[in-house]
Amino acid sequence: MTRTGLVRASLLLFLVGLLEILCRAGVIPNFTVIPPSAMAQSLWKVLASGKFTPDIIATLANVGIAIVASMIAGIALGTLLQSWPAARRVLDPLFATYYAVPMYAFYPLLIVIFGLGDLPQVAIGFLLAVMAVIINTLNGLDRVPPVLLKAARVHGLGFFKEATQIRLPYAAPYVFTGFKLAVAYSFIGVIGAEFITSSRGIGYEISFAYNNFDNAVMYAMILFILLLVITVNMSLHTWEKRLLARRRRA
Amino acid sequence: MTSHVVLSGVSRVYPGKPEVHALGPVDLELARGEFFAVVGPSGCGKSTLLDVMAGLALASSGSVSFEGKAVKGQVPPGIGVVFQEDASFPWLTVHDNIAFGLRQAGAAENEVSAQVGYAIEFMGLKDFARAYPAQLSGGMRQRVCIARTLVLKPRLILLDEPFGALDQQTRLLMGDELLRLWRETGATILLITHALDEATMLADRVGVMSARPGRFLDIIATGWPRERDSTIVSSESFGRLTSRIWTLLRGESIRALGRA
Repeated sequence: MTRTGLVRASLLLFLVGLLEILCRAGVIPNFTVIPPSAMAQSLWKVLASGKFTPDIIATLANVGIAIVASMIAGIALGTLLQSWPAARRVLDPLFATYYAVPMYAFYPLLIVIFGLGDLPQVAIGFLLAVMAVIINTLNGLDRVPPVLLKAARVHGLGFFKEATQIRLPYAAPYVFTGFKLAVAYSFIGVIGAEFITSSRGIGYEISFAYNNFDNAVMYAMILFILLLVITVNMSLHTWEKRLLARRRRA
Repeated sequence: MTSHVVLSGVSRVYPGKPEVHALGPVDLELARGEFFAVVGPSGCGKSTLLDVMAGLALASSGSVSFEGKAVKGQVPPGIGVVFQEDASFPWLTVHDNIAFGLRQAGAAENEVSAQVGYAIEFMGLKDFARAYPAQLSGGMRQRVCIARTLVLKPRLILLDEPFGALDQQTRLLMGDELLRLWRETGATILLITHALDEATMLADRVGVMSARPGRFLDIIATGWPRERDSTIVSSESFGRLTSRIWTLLRGESIRALGRA
């Protein structure tokens, strides 16, 4: 482990330890926050019982669909807009204000359109994620050196092949940043939407436990999400570092 | 020798306010298997000339033909281009960079492997086949780009200042490699360069261009034998030829500087 990693782990351990002490000493009442060790125990019980497995699967499936859909749509739209400057000039100011729009305000409309199933949650995740993919794809495509496009023409590549074999591979590190953000936004969108009107999913179970003063389950599920998101992000970070290492000048 | 490439009254004007007359009119005939170098002051339209010949840009007037067929805004099969800038694909290994064009052309994988293996050996990249361009020096990356062009067996190779970013020693050695490549492939080569000694050393004929809009002031035959290498730089006629080119070019370079 590097020195920075060691400091980071020590800081995390210190904060968890401090929270444990404060909870055990009664400084923080247990009806507000339970000790981290109790959260871990409760999480183990919750996972072992299998009671929430369908909720976890539902959330992960919805997040997965939102990520895949936002990546496909974001890359396709980004590529199209980059080669269509007139459309881009029209849409650019709208992109800049996109994240100022509170997406959850559209939830009733999404229920009217998609019904009460999983689709509104997926739609919220998708809407939050897709713009990050579009913006980062555009950012990467804008940086493709003109000489590579000339090389593509020398090899006789048409629009589709040029996009898939030259532009997008060059832009891959930027598209990957979009992917990382899409993962984060999809989790936020789907789990947040499950809080509002859903009958299953991790967000729904946290909300249900909260309304029933079931701190053990609530904190277990929060801990589960935290561990899951941290693991996913760390894996993506490692993958990104490998990708960038190939391109870094020696 | 028959004409391989013919340019008749080619000019290129970039529209705008004011419009920029970058090139021409230029008339030029390249014989099959000839090594032709173009020198000229900065901004005289050398690269524009190459783009028009390659089919990467349209001539505003005049015509270009390659093997008797008109070149019009599309790169015809049989033409390979090596650019001044690094055009290696950073996401592909050296092997896959060189194989790129062959795979695009639908070559069978065993053929790709054989051709790429030969090109890697020929360009002295054997120990770097699995390396990524980022792990190579500028000269090696340029060799990858030359190899990528070479494997397609182009009959006309256009080189736009391919050694511009290299030091003098490496340029001389790369020049030797280029001469070896030219002799082995029998391709017609047009080399754009700002280095007068490089042009004199490598070419059968050197076209000296004027300041913008670039026209040929003179075309000088070097008279070198086909079997030659960088040692000719020490010959008496090399100095005489380079001096003659510089005499032609000096006034144009001053004009170009004054304009800048």
